[in-house]
Amino acid sequence: MTSTAPRKKLTTSAMIASFADPGQRTTSAPFGHALNRLAEERPEIVGLSADLAKYTDMHVFRDAHPDRFFQMGMAEQTLLGAAAGMAEVGLVPFASTYSVFATRRAYDFLCLDIAEPNLNVNVVGGLPGLTTGYGPSHQATEDLAILRGCPNLTIVDPCDSVDIEQAVPALAAAPGPTYLRLLRGAVPTVLDEYDYRFELGKAAELRTGRDVVLISTGLMTMRALQAAARLESDSVDVAVLHVPTIKPLDTEAILRAARTDRLVVTLENHTVVGGLAESVASTLAFAGAGTRVVPIALPDEFLAAGALPTLHDRYGLSTDAVVARVKAELGGGRHAPWAADPEPATV
Amino acid sequence: MTSPSTPQTTAGTDDRAERIERIRQAAYRIRRNALDMGEVQGQGYIGQALGVADVLAVVYTDQLRYRPEDPHWPDRDRFLLSIGHYAIALYAALAEAGTIPLEDLETYGSDDSRLPMSAMASYTPGVEISGGSLGHGLPVATGMALGLRHLGNPARVFNLLSDGELDEGSTWEAAMSCAHHGLDNVTAIVDVNALQADGPTAGVLRTEPVTDKWQAFGWHAVRVDGNDVAALVEAFDEVREHRGSPSVVICDTRIGSGVPLLEDREKAHFMRVDEHEWQIARTQLEEGLAR
Repeated sequence: MTSTAPRKKLTTSAMIASFADPGQRTTSAPFGHALNRLAEERPEIVGLSADLAKYTDMHVFRDAHPDRFFQMGMAEQTLLGAAAGMAEVGLVPFASTYSVFATRRAYDFLCLDIAEPNLNVNVVGGLPGLTTGYGPSHQATEDLAILRGCPNLTIVDPCDSVDIEQAVPALAAAPGPTYLRLLRGAVPTVLDEYDYRFELGKAAELRTGRDVVLISTGLMTMRALQAAARLESDSVDVAVLHVPTIKPLDTEAILRAARTDRLVVTLENHTVVGGLAESVASTLAFAGAGTRVVPIALPDEFLAAGALPTLHDRYGLSTDAVVARVKAELGGGRHAPWAADPEPATV
Repeated sequence: MTSPSTPQTTAGTDDRAERIERIRQAAYRIRRNALDMGEVQGQGYIGQALGVADVLAVVYTDQLRYRPEDPHWPDRDRFLLSIGHYAIALYAALAEAGTIPLEDLETYGSDDSRLPMSAMASYTPGVEISGGSLGHGLPVATGMALGLRHLGNPARVFNLLSDGELDEGSTWEAAMSCAHHGLDNVTAIVDVNALQADGPTAGVLRTEPVTDKWQAFGWHAVRVDGNDVAALVEAFDEVREHRGSPSVVICDTRIGSGVPLLEDREKAHFMRVDEHEWQIARTQLEEGLAR
């Protein structure tokens, strides 16, 4: 038996605050500050939270505009119903809670009070996908799957602080309801290194490449860019198409990118069911394009609790896992099944 | 035209008697409108409509500030029908109020009608929210009331819910919220007809003591006979003066009220009325008005 030096154990609590890599550039509470800047220009902007202002960066707005912040208590149905009522009388509310509560617990209120009357209510969901190690109660791994079927709703999954800062005024300017997958706290700042501006409903090609195209959304765009840089050193030329708006989907950009003989890979911080992978796959199928899509996504299962880096590795979202997956697909050899692989199809 | 606003003080007994008679006449027409619509479909929530007609007559002809020709007037009082299936009663009241034309009533529940079986804001002038999924009205009322107060708009928000709707947890979330925020611009109206889809409320899920519950949640609560116009007027006059907390008027109503044929029928959430009975019902209604 060989003895090794004891490894420092990663703990859940130490790792829930941020998914930023050590030493990565970050911006503090970009959502709260962006909402404050918008509120200076638009007096009808108000904020609400359901006992989670402090954990959704809404406290930044609350502290700057106490008369425009409404604490609704741990009552998510009333949070969204009341936000609808405020929009009915001419205000433009941003209502924040965790994604699991906005989608699973209060969906009827989001659907019927907000989306059906097509009100300008902006729902802000914290801890989307796998951004906490707390386990299934807090991991909104299927929020996109729930919400994509909701008519009228615009859905945005931002990559970083740049995306969030630019999305907030765009969401308020959009006349109908929106859902923002919030990244909170110390949020990585990545996209300012690219010639990029957030545009609602538009995908953006952040890199070009001849061998592989990574179609990614949310924080996985950050991983896609890191993976592309690593693969470049192995002489693999990788393009990255960032798709921050999940609905309405920029199908033209997706078709342009995926009608290709390059390897097409989708990346999302969400279950493989009903998110970006299936959106891209259906876009291709509906257009008669027979391109194979490799999904990098969370598996169709309730995920484990633990430290985020451990979990991102285990479920295939870490940069290492993305690089390994792309190499395996390019190599064409046998590999162990990936976490989010669908059941093999039989003909 | 702005609807007649309530006299803040009653000038005398004659005025009061006149006011009550005027509302009674309106309630009669609301019931008749509901019967006309019921006949179009042959069945429906006619029992509830007759039961709540006096409440709607008081609200729409005596309490609410609105402009029938301008349903989106920003200063209007909002009336939210949380119980979407009471649409037939609301349309009957909106026709009495002049917000929708009487001729529309014969299209009730038909294809392409502005009057669907379950009330939706996008279909009908004067309908503020899309009810139907229960437990939504009071949360939306909470936001409207918070928003109106924030904007300095003195308009009031009324929300009609049913005793069955007290089963929904969201109703109580919002009840707590209205009280917490001191929303004295909210008036909830609970129609206690003691009946829900699967049977008597007492057997489906006991909601009594209803008054004690609202009081415990911090509301100013008044309970009245919801088919006694004079008692309703007194209750609504009283709560409109109340400040510092939201008010609720709990109205005990009789299913089918005003039409003995339907009052005496075995109580049913969704009542079937035979073809020949509609005229009998109208005659009985008229006889009741004459009494």
